[in-house]
Amino acid sequence: MFVFIIRRLFQTIPVMIGVTLAVFLMMHLIPGDPAQIMAGERADEAQLEQMRENLGLNDPLYQQYFRYVGNAIQGDLGTSIRTDRAVTEEIFTNRIWITFELALYGTVLAVILGLIAGIISATRKYSFSDVSLMIVALFGMSMPNFWLGIMLIYFFSVNLGWFPTIGWESWKHMVLPVLTIGTGGAAIIARMTRSSMLEVLDNDYIRTAYAKGVHDRVVIYKHALRNALVPVVTIVGLQFGTLLGGAVITETVFAINGLGRLVVDSIRMRDFPMVQGTILVCAVLFVVVNFIVDITYRLINKRIELN
Amino acid sequence: MSKKALLEVNNLKQYFPIKGGLFGGTVNHVKAVDDISFVVYEGETVSVVGESGCGKSTTGRAILRLDDPTSGDILFDGENLLGLNKAKMRKKRKDLQIIFQDPYASLNPRQTVRQILEEALEIQNVVSRKERRQKVEDLLQTVGIGAHQMDRYPHEFSGGQRQRIGIARALSVDPKLVICDEAVSALDVSIQAQVLNLLKELQQKFQLTYLFISHDLGVVRHISDRIIVMYLGKIVEIGDKDSLFENPQHPYTRALLSAIPSINVGEKKKERIILKGDVPSPIDPPAGCRFHTRCPYAMDRCAVEEPKLHSLSEVEHKAACHLLEDGPYDYS
Repeated sequence: MFVFIIRRLFQTIPVMIGVTLAVFLMMHLIPGDPAQIMAGERADEAQLEQMRENLGLNDPLYQQYFRYVGNAIQGDLGTSIRTDRAVTEEIFTNRIWITFELALYGTVLAVILGLIAGIISATRKYSFSDVSLMIVALFGMSMPNFWLGIMLIYFFSVNLGWFPTIGWESWKHMVLPVLTIGTGGAAIIARMTRSSMLEVLDNDYIRTAYAKGVHDRVVIYKHALRNALVPVVTIVGLQFGTLLGGAVITETVFAINGLGRLVVDSIRMRDFPMVQGTILVCAVLFVVVNFIVDITYRLINKRIELN
Repeated sequence: MSKKALLEVNNLKQYFPIKGGLFGGTVNHVKAVDDISFVVYEGETVSVVGESGCGKSTTGRAILRLDDPTSGDILFDGENLLGLNKAKMRKKRKDLQIIFQDPYASLNPRQTVRQILEEALEIQNVVSRKERRQKVEDLLQTVGIGAHQMDRYPHEFSGGQRQRIGIARALSVDPKLVICDEAVSALDVSIQAQVLNLLKELQQKFQLTYLFISHDLGVVRHISDRIIVMYLGKIVEIGDKDSLFENPQHPYTRALLSAIPSINVGEKKKERIILKGDVPSPIDPPAGCRFHTRCPYAMDRCAVEEPKLHSLSEVEHKAACHLLEDGPYDYS
């Protein structure tokens, strides 16, 4: 296991290089002069030159890249043009935790709803409850988040007045955004669990368990579900990673000050260091989540260890 | 020797619904097992043979109620299994066990061998908690697997070893009847012989009764006392092994047996009977005798009237064919 973690850790290195390179080059690939963008349109030639010097834009590209990575490792992602605060400070004091909470609750909701629906569907294949659950799941998957979010606000906030429309303060604020973000995931997990369970339930070791006299419930949860969970874990990990990368739309609809909204706002304000920083942090988070998924995967699937 | 019936199957039918159409309703049925009756006596080995899809595995599963049969009676030790509720049936499973064909799919990959065996011991309360470990060791010893291997997972064993574990598992609850569903078909020939001998040994040791489901006539000849031949969900011939192998009466059995390769050089070469066409669909089986579409002896009557099982000799040799109405038919 230890060797596996180390080896897996080494595999993330090329990914990280790729990510930093892409984020770094972004600055140079966008049309126009970075110094011009940063200094503003009314800057004169002397100011621009000063800016270039400050940003190190006159150095060779590879030197700039190494400096960028060096700084990033030390936690320096530059300074926001808009707020003049350090990018890391802006991201880590508040934003990332809000997004983390949103993603976490959304994923937990998705897992709970998805697993329950999937198990019910699989154990009652082709029944009324199976068919209706799968139709609901199809809706859940096809509904775009911005529409779902707006509909939820319309019914539960505007009409019924149960929940506030925007913000992220008490649990009441969280209900609608978490629902919005969790629905799609729940639908995918439900369908995945269903098909995976159906496959497992057709195995002889399930019949063996029944033949032993194991109670139906125990057969389903102990013998079938544990084996069916392997592909589901992958989906859950990917979902969580994607949500961490900024639930841009949901955060915008509910005016939640998370990472996703930060990216959108920064792009609009042409706050390039901020955009770069946020993208880098999201990418790193995604890599970390995937890493954790791989380890979990191994823990539930002992067979992978041998190969 | 007076024979006591351990298992009595009466008019067993197993139809599987085919869902389809716009609203997912039942549009038709696969008649996997269609009205079969037979008896298994205590201590004997009865084999069920036939081509793939003839309903032999379905019969095995239906007896264990792993699938719920459409209709019929299954009397085990005089008690109708189909009348038991779920809780009672779970208790009853102690007496009826099954060994599956694929040793790779029949053991839960997430349980160690010990967990697999102990679970059965625990549920059926075979021995006290303290004695469980000892019992697991003994069981593994019985099937020829070292006790030091009991904390391993199934994937760490070879196919033959896994099948031995499957056998140990089936035996763990001290069953009376063991259904071997193609129990050796997935194994190498050399391993097959080992496992078959093990099964025979265990039968003597624990007074087991076997219902042996197989398509391999060589294996069947080696292990059985009596044989049931099935075709498309029906029993076509049933009888004592020697009587059935020496003197097969149903045209289908004759064709089946003629396909066994002979290794005796001096023996007169048997004529191979080759059947035409494929097995018809069990969704819509032929009327009358189900074999008439492929039978070289088919008469007009065969397409309309379903033949009954006719008794042919004192050793309970029966076959379902119109040719046999007045006793054994002379095929020569």
